[in-house]
Amino acid sequence: MSDFVYRLQNVSKTYDERRVLTVDHLRIRRGEVFALVGPSGAGKSTLLRLLNFLESPSTGRIRFLDVEFTARGQVPLRLRRRVTTVFQRPILLNRSVQANVGYGLKLRSEEAVAEKVSQALAEVGLEGLARQRARTLSGGEAQRVALARAIVLDPDVLLLDEPTANLDPYNVGLIEEIVQQRNRERGTTLVLVTHNVFQAKRLADRVALMLEGDVVEVADGETFFEEPDDPRTAAFVRGDMVY
Amino acid sequence: MHSCTKKGRSIIDEIVRGIAEAFRLIVTLDPALMEVVSLSLRVSGIALLFSTVIGIPLGAMLGLNRFRGRRLIIALLYTGMGFPPVVVGLFVYLMLSRSGPLGQMTAPIIPDLFTPGAMVVAQTIISFPLVAGFTMAAVMGVDPALRQQVQALGATPWQTTLAILVEARIGVIVSIIAGFGSIISEVGAVMMVGGNIEGSTRMLTTAIVLETRKGNFDLAMAIGVILLAISFAANLIMQRLQGRTVDE
Repeated sequence: MSDFVYRLQNVSKTYDERRVLTVDHLRIRRGEVFALVGPSGAGKSTLLRLLNFLESPSTGRIRFLDVEFTARGQVPLRLRRRVTTVFQRPILLNRSVQANVGYGLKLRSEEAVAEKVSQALAEVGLEGLARQRARTLSGGEAQRVALARAIVLDPDVLLLDEPTANLDPYNVGLIEEIVQQRNRERGTTLVLVTHNVFQAKRLADRVALMLEGDVVEVADGETFFEEPDDPRTAAFVRGDMVY
Repeated sequence: MHSCTKKGRSIIDEIVRGIAEAFRLIVTLDPALMEVVSLSLRVSGIALLFSTVIGIPLGAMLGLNRFRGRRLIIALLYTGMGFPPVVVGLFVYLMLSRSGPLGQMTAPIIPDLFTPGAMVVAQTIISFPLVAGFTMAAVMGVDPALRQQVQALGATPWQTTLAILVEARIGVIVSIIAGFGSIISEVGAVMMVGGNIEGSTRMLTTAIVLETRKGNFDLAMAIGVILLAISFAANLIMQRLQGRTVDE
C-alpha cells in the first residue's frame, strides 16, 4: 500500500480560459494533517474540490489510492465515497438533525444507521438534539452537525474547507479537538484549508502556502513556520503579506 | 324595475334550488352524476399523473443544468403555461382526426377522437408546462451550494437531483396543485376532443355547459357546486401535504 493518498502531477484548473490553479507536484501522505494556507482567491478551495472529485482537473493527473485520474477520467463511486468535505458554511438539509447525519449512510445503503448516527452525534456533543429541525440550530451547532455528517461515514480522507471561519472560540476548539481525535485514533487523513496561520500551526503536520493558484512552498510545520525557504512564506507567516 | 327585482329573485331561487339539488344528487348518489364525476376524476387524474411524470423531471433538468437550447425550451414552456385550452383542443383535434398525422396511425397508444384517451392527451398538454415551470422555479430557489454538499457526501447524479427536489418539495407540491387546477375546471379542450357524449366523454364542465344551454339551471348549478367541492377537496388535500412541510 502506498504511503500517499494523493499524488498530483502537472494539475491545472481553468475556468473560462482563466487558469485558477497550477500544481506541478504535490503529495499528501496517508494519515497526516495537511494544511493549505494562503489568502482568499489563492486556489485552495478549488484544489479541495479536485481532491473530493467534485470537479475534474483541466490538465494533469491525480492519483488517489493507487488509481489515477485525468481530465477525462470518471472517478468510480466507491472511491469518491472514501472522501468527504466539511465546507465553511454548513449546508444542512431541511430535515431533522439525525436525518442530516444519516443522509450519507443512507446514500450508501448502510446498515445500523440509527446507531452510527447517535455515536457521531455523541462525538460532536449534540446527542440531545437528534430530533430537532436542523434549520433551527445555531451556527456552531450546525457546523458540528455538518462535521458529524462527515465523520459518520468514516472516510479515508476528510477535507475541511475553512470549517471554523465563522465560529466562536468554544466551537473552534471543539471542532479542532474532534478532527484531531479522528486523525489520531482512526488514521483519517485531514486536508485543512485555512487562512488562519495559527490554526495551521496548531493542527498541521505539513503546511503548503498557495498564492495566485500556485503552491509556493510545502514543508513540515516547524520548518514552514520557523525557517521557511521562500520569502513569500516568511512574509505570510509574519503577517506582512497584504491581502 | 319591478321585473328586474323579480328576475333577481328568480336567479337567487335558481341558486338556492341548485344547491338543494346538488345535495339531493350527492346524497342519493345519482348514477348519471356519479358517472360524470368518476370520468372527470379519472381523466384529470390520469392527465395529472402524466403531467407529473413528464413535468417534474423536465423542470428539474431545466433548473439544474445549463445547456445549449435551454433558454428556448424555457421560453416554450412559459408559452405553454399560458396556452388557451381551446387552442390545445384544436391542436389535439387536428392531430387525432382521421385526416390528421396521428389519426392515420393505428398504434394502440394513440387514442381516437371523442374518447376519454383524447381528453387525457389534451389535458396533459395543458397541465405539464405548469408542473414543469413551477418545479423549475422551485428547484432554482434551492441553495446552489446544497448540490455540491450532497455530491461531497457521495450522492450519485440521480441522488443529487432527488435531494434537491425534496428540498424544493413545497414548490413541487404547488406545481402539482397548479397543474390539477388548470385541468379539472377546463372546458374548451375536452369539449373539442371529447365531444361531450353522454356515458362516454361527458365531464363535469361539459355537462354544466350542456345543462345551461338546455335551460336546466338547477342541474347546471348542482354540477357546478360538485365541481367546486371536488376542486376544493383536492386543493385541501394538497395543502395539508404542503402544510406539513411548511410548518416543519
